[in-house]
Amino acid sequence: MAKITFITSNNEKITVEATAGSVMELAVNNNIQGIDGDCGGVCSCATCHVFVAPEDVDKVGVASEIETDMLELADDANEYSRLCCQISVSDAIDNVVLTVAK
Amino acid sequence: MGKCEFADAFKEEREKSGIGKMDDQGDPVVMLLKHKDVRKAAHNYKSFSSEAVPGRIVVPSEVNIRTTRQIPFEVDPPMHKEYRSLLDAWFKRPLQDAYKKELTTIISTVLDDVLSRDKVDVVTDLALVIQSRALTLLLNVPFSKSVKWISWGTHVFRSEGEALDGDKAAILYNYIDEEIDKAIANPSGDLYSTLLAAEVEGKKLTKEEVKGVLILTFAGGRDTVINALTNSISYFSANKEALEQLHSTPEIINNAVEEFVRYFSPLTHMGRVVTEDTTVCEHAVQADSRISLCWASANRDEKVFENANEIVLDRKINPHVGFGFSHHNCLGATHARQIMRITLKLLAEKVGDITVLEAEENIENLGEFTRKVGYNSLKATFKKR
Ligand code: HEM
Ligand code: FES
Repeated sequence: MAKITFITSNNEKITVEATAGSVMELAVNNNIQGIDGDCGGVCSCATCHVFVAPEDVDKVGVASEIETDMLELADDANEYSRLCCQISVSDAIDNVVLTVAK
Repeated sequence: MGKCEFADAFKEEREKSGIGKMDDQGDPVVMLLKHKDVRKAAHNYKSFSSEAVPGRIVVPSEVNIRTTRQIPFEVDPPMHKEYRSLLDAWFKRPLQDAYKKELTTIISTVLDDVLSRDKVDVVTDLALVIQSRALTLLLNVPFSKSVKWISWGTHVFRSEGEALDGDKAAILYNYIDEEIDKAIANPSGDLYSTLLAAEVEGKKLTKEEVKGVLILTFAGGRDTVINALTNSISYFSANKEALEQLHSTPEIINNAVEEFVRYFSPLTHMGRVVTEDTTVCEHAVQADSRISLCWASANRDEKVFENANEIVLDRKINPHVGFGFSHHNCLGATHARQIMRITLKLLAEKVGDITVLEAEENIENLGEFTRKVGYNSLKATFKKR
């Protein structure tokens, strides 16, 4: 079980829990504003862009090359950017904080 | 089975020079063929603009058949963003449960009809009907409007030969003018009225702007959706185990939809006008010339996709550009994806076998390339599960 906190563009803080699946699915299932997950998680739409809190970067891990290439051309991406469909939910990411892009 | 092969028309040139060339009514086009170049150029609207003379970024060019600017398609940022922000919420409605439910009813009815007949033409009896009826949901207009759209057939917006046919295009443009006038007289909750009441930068949208959005919604979502549906069905006919696979593992339907969009790339390419002398893929291009972003070629780039020429139904990572990339990515993608997801789900539930009897391919001529983009006709039998 992992608890994950999303901070949306209107500064709402929402904490949700899951045991499996991707962080994008978790966000969509909980109607987190700003995460649409249009492509269903195949890394083709960038509608699941989040910024990982600096202190959580180690827990969450780094993006693959395909994800990095995608982020390079995403609006306002920075070193904390991830496409959250590429992050799996597991105990390892318990308590991380993700700020939704845009 | 050969019938469902959609060859990669661009492989040789993509690997050799990275670009292709075609003439188009005296306004040549340099086609970008590599995934990386296509995405970079799509992102770089300052050098590669969509905001040229209306119709010029389309290949074949439509400058001689229309003056209405298509919105948001033929507008660059930052103004593009103003229009997109206005439209995004409306075009995300397909994510709502009520919308999905109605779409399921529409598609289910068409498939039941197809299953009750000895033989159908997948293009006109299935794909065109689903596409037209589904569009009534997207526009939020009465279902009965689809009767006329279906009667137009697939040829209304399809060119035969190089240039486009202005008379055919006029059918659509006149229809939209009439519908806008009706909406002005009797406002309702449909897209026409919603746009007529909307404001961008504090100003009401003009009739011409509303028309620009509607033309694009009709034209951009027609052949693309029809080809996506028809081609998928030809694949199920040639690969009998695939429907069974979707039936036993429905959780891969989403992956399958993305994979079909990648593999079939229903929109082959889209142009941009170069704003300054620059280079693309180490090739010089001049200001005021045209390039195109070849989605279909990028989607077979082996540097990005393993087994690029195979359909891998459950492909997990699939950064395809079938719906475009960056600012102008497809506004209708949410709707198109729902149509595809629901159709695949229902096919897997209802249909046991699809057998193609006769196929007439739709081949595009793109200068040095020829590409199969779909079918003009696909006669087939459907059997219940
Ligand atoms: C499988 C079906 C479809 C495919 C493959 C497809 C493909 C594309 C592509 C590649 C673009 C990018 C064009 C560019 O960058 O210049 C695009 C843009 C667009 N598409 Fe689609 N499309 C599909 C369905 C639809 C539908 C159903 C609609 C609406 C009813 C639609 C409306 C639009 C609009 C309005 C744009 C312009 C967006 C903008 O400029 O911001 N498309 N589409
Ligand atoms: S959901 Fe599409 S890239 Fe993450």
